[in-house]
Amino acid sequence: MAMTVHVDIVSAEGAIHSGQAAMVYATAEMGEVGIAPRHTAFISRLRPGDVRVENEQGEQEHFYVSGGMLEVQPHKVTVLADTAIRARDLDEAAALEAKRRAEDTLSGQKAEFEYAKAQAELAEAVAQLRAIEKLRRLKGR
Amino acid sequence: MAGAKEIRTKIASIKSTQKITKAMQMVAASKMRKAQDRMAASRPYAEKMLQVISHLANATPEYRHSFMAIERPRKRVGYIVVSSDRGLCGGLNSNLFRRLIAEIKEQRTAGIEPVFCTIGTKALGFFKRFGGEVKAQATHLGDKPHVEDLVGTVKVMLDAFEAGEIDAIYVVGNEFVNTMTQRPVIRQLVPLVPGEREAMPDHWDYIYEPDAKSVLDALLTRYIESLVYQAVVENSACEQAARMVAMKAASDNAGNLIGELQLVYNKARQAAITQEISEIVSGAAAV
Repeated sequence: MAMTVHVDIVSAEGAIHSGQAAMVYATAEMGEVGIAPRHTAFISRLRPGDVRVENEQGEQEHFYVSGGMLEVQPHKVTVLADTAIRARDLDEAAALEAKRRAEDTLSGQKAEFEYAKAQAELAEAVAQLRAIEKLRRLKGR
Repeated sequence: MAGAKEIRTKIASIKSTQKITKAMQMVAASKMRKAQDRMAASRPYAEKMLQVISHLANATPEYRHSFMAIERPRKRVGYIVVSSDRGLCGGLNSNLFRRLIAEIKEQRTAGIEPVFCTIGTKALGFFKRFGGEVKAQATHLGDKPHVEDLVGTVKVMLDAFEAGEIDAIYVVGNEFVNTMTQRPVIRQLVPLVPGEREAMPDHWDYIYEPDAKSVLDALLTRYIESLVYQAVVENSACEQAARMVAMKAASDNAGNLIGELQLVYNKARQAAITQEISEIVSGAAAV
């Protein structure tokens, strides 16, 4: 039997995923990371993006997180997500709409605060779209 | 007799009130179950976070975040008051405010000035009447409160703490003991109350990305937000439980009232009939 690591994905509003995995991928603050079982203790902030959990059969499950923390211990991986929704539940139209709205606000450029907020919204919408595209490519194969 | 008709309309109106309170009771019962589930669902996140934080605090003793610092002398303290948005839930909110008033009095005699931040319309209404400095507010969270609705409110308080405007933050809300009992509680949020420190036999540390300080900062803010979120969810479960009990009492009272009125109505009708007969009899005797 292949080595596995226990993965918990929890958000403040409830547990999202719990189970064994052969590999976990996430977009950490400094770039994408892949966590294999027995990885040394590691902690990082997460950027908006998707967290992929690969099981022993090589099937991947996608979770979208809009930020959070990743904590790794040799036999346990915990994702403390800000808000994590199952990637397939993501509404592409809503993401596009959010992106458009953010871009509209960007071109308007009213206050500094609104600019920063719009930029954050844009980054999130782009990350959501990327997650959807990845999922679609996987399904297409 | 003239009273009979009035009594009948009164009974009808009480009956329709009873229907409403019965319906509210059943709605509250189903909402309470959901709120309790949400309460349970929010626990693993906070527990997990506390584990990581206490580990970090042990592993990096050279860095102390201001939220974890030692107590500083208190001049002003902040209260985050969690209340319900709607009424008709018995004494839930008034018990909470009574407990808070006692606390405020105690603080004021010690020379400590309180500032507030309210969650829910009832708390906002209370401070409008009672007076006091309200720094921030969040209302209309609905039955499914979301963390993002609270982030702003919590941040206002945390910023005030870091700027040294306030020296401690408490969260005030109802504790869900069981369906019949809800207890108002005041818990200290910041500075963090040190829990039992686990002894660390084998010394190990995380690899930090980007560094321990920023990781700890992000964790602490999220942890405090999740504590406030928990208080809000717990309060919403309390609200539904209190409403259910209050509405059950109201339905029972309406039932009693209907019974009593029915008795009065029967008596009045009987009296009218007796009177009519005696009038007829005396009329016949006179002829």
